[in-house]
Amino acid sequence: MSSSTFFGISELSYFIAMATYIGYIAFRKKAIGVTATTITIFGFLNQSIALLIRWVDSYYFWVASTPATTFIESILRAAPLRNLYESLVFFVWSLVLIHLIMEFKYKNRTMGAFTMPVAALALAFIDISGTSKEIQPLIPALQSNWLLFHVLLSFLGYAAFGVSFGTAAAYLVMVTDSRKEKSYIFWTIIIGVFLVILIAMGVDFFSLTSAQRDELIQSYFLKATFRSQSGSIVAVSWVTAAVFIFVIWRFGLGLKKILTSLSITPGMLDEITYKSIAIGFPLFTIGGLLMGAIWANSAWGKYWTWDPKETWSLITWFVYALYLHARFVAGWRGKRVAILAVIGFVAVIFTYLGVNLLLSGLHAYGG
Amino acid sequence: MEDKEKKDIFDRIWNFLASVKLAVFVLITLALSSIIGTIVEQRAEPATNIKLLSKFFSDDTAPTVFNIFVKLGFMDMYHSWWFVSLLVLFSINLIVCSLERFPKTLRLVKSPLKPLSENAIKTLPVKKEVRVKTNLKTARDEVFNSLTAAKYNVSEATEENAVQLYSQKGRYTRLGVYIVHLSILLIFIGAIIGARFGFRGFLNLPEGDTSSVAYASGGKVFPLGFAVKCNWYNTKYYSEIDMPQEFQSELVIIDGGREVVKKTIEVNDPLTYKGITFYQSSYGMVPNAIGDFILRVAPAGGQEKELRLGTGESFEISGTNIKGTIVNFSPALTRDRNTGALTSYSENMVNPAVAIELDEPGKDKYVAWFLNRYPERGYLEDGSYIKFQDYWGVEYTGLQVAKDPGVGIIYFACIIMTLGLYAAFFMSHKKLWVRLTSEKGFVRIAIGGSASKNRLSLERDIEKMLSKASQAIEERHPEKK
Repeated sequence: MSSSTFFGISELSYFIAMATYIGYIAFRKKAIGVTATTITIFGFLNQSIALLIRWVDSYYFWVASTPATTFIESILRAAPLRNLYESLVFFVWSLVLIHLIMEFKYKNRTMGAFTMPVAALALAFIDISGTSKEIQPLIPALQSNWLLFHVLLSFLGYAAFGVSFGTAAAYLVMVTDSRKEKSYIFWTIIIGVFLVILIAMGVDFFSLTSAQRDELIQSYFLKATFRSQSGSIVAVSWVTAAVFIFVIWRFGLGLKKILTSLSITPGMLDEITYKSIAIGFPLFTIGGLLMGAIWANSAWGKYWTWDPKETWSLITWFVYALYLHARFVAGWRGKRVAILAVIGFVAVIFTYLGVNLLLSGLHAYGG
Repeated sequence: MEDKEKKDIFDRIWNFLASVKLAVFVLITLALSSIIGTIVEQRAEPATNIKLLSKFFSDDTAPTVFNIFVKLGFMDMYHSWWFVSLLVLFSINLIVCSLERFPKTLRLVKSPLKPLSENAIKTLPVKKEVRVKTNLKTARDEVFNSLTAAKYNVSEATEENAVQLYSQKGRYTRLGVYIVHLSILLIFIGAIIGARFGFRGFLNLPEGDTSSVAYASGGKVFPLGFAVKCNWYNTKYYSEIDMPQEFQSELVIIDGGREVVKKTIEVNDPLTYKGITFYQSSYGMVPNAIGDFILRVAPAGGQEKELRLGTGESFEISGTNIKGTIVNFSPALTRDRNTGALTSYSENMVNPAVAIELDEPGKDKYVAWFLNRYPERGYLEDGSYIKFQDYWGVEYTGLQVAKDPGVGIIYFACIIMTLGLYAAFFMSHKKLWVRLTSEKGFVRIAIGGSASKNRLSLERDIEKMLSKASQAIEERHPEKK
């Protein structure tokens, strides 16, 4: 079987697992929880096999064009982390891995209902962004032993931040109870914008001809809606988005009712948010910033150039550093730190995707 | 009175500089202001950013906004006075708050652990109590052994009918955060040294040329102290597609009139000599250059020979009567889809090809194209071959030239930051108090502990220690089974 078959199975499993986790917190039956975990593990194994097959395929692809490299070097060069598609798949894999580790470590299944939707959103993003799934040759800038470690650690960090985003957002849902509250307005807008962008990308996808889909996503990102040539389409898009976010704001309190009826406490969510950031921050600092700087120095002769990708990862780092100091030294608690955790992940998404989609720079290969 | 006031002001400033409020302010301001420089293109031509601004403002106001932005330093923001000041404030905050807190932490780390009363042990965040059928001496020894085996640093206090073992491990992990702070400062120091004493420039070196200088972006000349020569430049493509696999140059360092180093550099694999590093960064065609055609020819089964020829020059494949004359060159040969005619699709050497007029015995003269990227197509009917190695002397290699004496400090900072982060986030300072009380043939073991973080791991430590000790105790009393 090919890697795409296994990947398809894992994708389906994650969506079913997400629904099952939500079912688990709704009915609080242990059997449902065990089923959710089992499906997640099944999906994870399938995705691991898919990644491995892709790695092996890439190995032969690499060896065919460069027979001279050593075995170890060829394996490193074949790591399936070359473009946006592969990095997104790897992000989902890391996220599920971190989720499973946290679930077993804290013996708490409820968080699956918050982290699996993030995984599902990322999968949906992969499909509607229409990124190329072909195995591509490795460009010279990426031919370095740092590629694997830099991307591996950064993504485990991103994934841990992803978990903290899910739990921090859920925390905000649980502790706000008036539409006028700033924290409530904050979370409804953030979640609203996320969904709007995802839907807009879906519109992109369906309005494209198949030839256009082969182009880089940068060339058509949001071109069917917010960045359309036609002014009226742009106007309609903004109005629709505003109405959509308004609806979320108007009916968002219902979500709180659902969550409170379940066996989740805000304290638990706050704890998981912190633990995930405490794992993500060192991984991201070491893998993303430090290794990235060392690699940049060996490739371009400068460890730091204030390139947009670098700057945005530094911004992300500032936000999480702020979270840690606010919580531990300044004694911030509750909504304020949860908002920081959410902003932190918005910065992660911008670092990871926004920079590549909207800005230009050295780091132009979707990773 | 006046002195006291002065001291007050000094204290106030000191406390402000050490405060977490300042840290919060600096982190937020740095994060927000950094965004500007990722949107406004840095050190770009004015027109680029005026065009960008006209998307947000009207065409008339865009140049005005641009001028305001220039005044604010947004066009080279990360080097503007206010951004650098923020970084300085960030460093001062880091230094002062570390100086303020470090002695306290150090005292905490250094202060000896004390035994606790039984009641105090019971109030610790993690606790457990068991009764084991054994004597006090055996229990004490085995608990001691298992604590030591788990790398706890154990002290002992004896009471009437009771022994207390109090222990800790990982106390120095509390210093991890200061190591991280220190490493950030080291990065700044490394960056300052690099900016002050380093050099960053470029050098476009045509094939065959030698240079003893490099150029900074303003055209300033930087003497290398030795000479560098480019033997050749080559773009290697993945077979069949026009996607570069590698950009390569062979460089030779000439120092004191001698060739001292020769290396083929690639992206990610530069050449360093006497602290100056040459990075493969770009390439291009030298305008109006005339080069040499380098061919490798051999008769069927015979010795290969390398030839260097100009346009119009002829050669003969030794041992055969085949003659060739170079008649044409294309940097990127292709067949036009519509007309079928041969044409060049790029100015760059994407698919270099040489046309050779061949004169074989018993045949009419004909012209054949030999492609550099497809040498296997160079075989003639009789088994001899002509391979087009290079059109040499028409390309230049674009080198990034850098000297950065601060890089060593940066790398050192990276290493200690990694260690500091590991200590600060993945290790914890754990303390365990074990009180063993003798009770009529039994020993009651009361355990209590605290951890600077990760309580779960402390709980695991206790479980492990207990099971190990009780197993060992059982083995010592086989008759009681």
